[in-house]
Amino acid sequence: MTKIKYGRDTYPLGKDQSVLDCLVEHGAPVPFSCRSGVCQTCLMRALRGVPPDASQQGLKDSLKLQNYFLACVCHPMEDLEAALPHEVLSSVPATVAALDPLNGEIMHVALECHDPLEYRAGQFINLFRTPALGRSYSLASVPQQDEHLHLHVRRLPQGKVSGWIHEELRTGQTVELRGPSGDCFYVPGRPEQEIVMIGTGSGLAPLYGILRDALHRGHSGPIRLFHGSRSRAGLYLTGELRDLARKYPNFDYVPCVSGERPAPGLAGGRAHEMAFKEVTDFKDKRLFLCGHPEMVSAAKTRAFLAGAAIKDIYADPFNVNAAAAP
Amino acid sequence: MTDKKLADWWTESHASLYAKLGGEAAVNAAVDIFYRKVLADPRINRFFEGVDMEKQAAKQKAFLTMAFGGPHNYTGMDMRRGHAHLVQQGLNDTHFDAVMEHLGATMKELNVPGELIAQAAAIAESTRNDVLGR
Ligand SMILES: Cc1cc2nc3c(=O)[nH]c(=O)nc-3n(C[C@H](O)[C@H](O)[C@H](O)COP(=O)(O)OP(=O)(O)OC[C@H]3O[C@@H](n4cnc5c(N)ncnc54)[C@H](O)[C@@H]3O)c2cc1C
Ligand code: FES
Repeated sequence: MTKIKYGRDTYPLGKDQSVLDCLVEHGAPVPFSCRSGVCQTCLMRALRGVPPDASQQGLKDSLKLQNYFLACVCHPMEDLEAALPHEVLSSVPATVAALDPLNGEIMHVALECHDPLEYRAGQFINLFRTPALGRSYSLASVPQQDEHLHLHVRRLPQGKVSGWIHEELRTGQTVELRGPSGDCFYVPGRPEQEIVMIGTGSGLAPLYGILRDALHRGHSGPIRLFHGSRSRAGLYLTGELRDLARKYPNFDYVPCVSGERPAPGLAGGRAHEMAFKEVTDFKDKRLFLCGHPEMVSAAKTRAFLAGAAIKDIYADPFNVNAAAAP
Repeated sequence: MTDKKLADWWTESHASLYAKLGGEAAVNAAVDIFYRKVLADPRINRFFEGVDMEKQAAKQKAFLTMAFGGPHNYTGMDMRRGHAHLVQQGLNDTHFDAVMEHLGATMKELNVPGELIAQAAAIAESTRNDVLGR
């Protein structure tokens, strides 16, 4: 039987059990969020034993070489001694510079890192409420244009971290971050390629960053952004996006509402359905999908079947489900 | 042929097929076309419902690498284990045939000469019993 050593204790790994589930079952304080290998909150390091390749997917090479792995998707065949990364991969402190509601449920959070953080717009950071409770938030800011890190945090009912951000966090307070990670960002090159962006809710956060990054870097091909919410009140940054559409003739913004009759200037229907109505051929197009995991997964398959190459599809499913709740 | 010679012949002939087809670049060119055909085929796409597209594409790439005679880590046992849950859901020869059809059509679309298509098909065919758990 495979055994996991953590701290002073050693636990037997159950059949088909992940290292994360095993440790959490025994009350070890390992942070996690998505439980599916996306958010990287459950990052650990193997001090002894070699973690399987599948548990290192999406990690930087430098981390892979040091035997870092994602505990939630780690099913080792050999015994492992695992440790949390904080000694080696320390989190960085940041001061809350501003908190402004973007609409009734989404908060704009500006953070000033004590040491400058190198990142690409659209990547995400992990923000920790306590050392064992962290969640991922995408970066809506662009390093060359914005002084601070910008997040758009949607408040979820009883959300442990989003609720805390909305209700308890104050300007001037210091928080801990780790990151950046993720590969959903604008890669310069092929400036004439058409870009289609589809987002729901706070899935606009990475898209807003990627969009401004692409425009700033002189992307010349058409860029279309479909942002959807159930109601008009759930849309945000509409003024800013309309201004960008006026300023850049190659950029087109389509705000969509699916749960009520659309007011003038809004499209009626879900964002991805609108997108697939207007764009039918995805051959040679670059695609960014962010937000609700079902939307992201459905849109991915549909765009692929409509001709998009897998390497041209960038996606961040936000994975907010009850299963993610500790 | 002795066992040793047979093994050498197998490795050499298949390595050269992989090289003739263009190695990894050929696999990369083929994987999107192939996987798109598979996903769009109503005879078999139910086996792919709910699976993560990226992970599945990686598996399709591994399959094509093997079919093209390239380096791969599959053993008969992995093939059996990897498909056991699908066999339970009714995976059978007709589905295997459909995949073979898409493999051939993909290579045709990439203008691969018929003789090389036949070689790749023979390699893929050799996994049939393992995939179907027989
Ligand atoms: C790569 C990535 C990027 C992301 N970027 C963003 C972003 O830019 N903006 C953003 O807003 N979010 C983003 N997310 C989502 C974010 O990380 C969090 O998942 C989200 O904020 C919810 O965390 P929470 O702690 O507030 O809620 P949690 O406490 O984790 O709860 C999640 C939901 O489950 C419900 N729940 C909790 N316990 C139970 C239970 N026992 N039974 C049933 N339901 C329960 C809660 O009510 C809540 O609705 C991103 C996620 C990923 C993976
Ligand atoms: S990557 Fe493991 S919990 Fe998200």
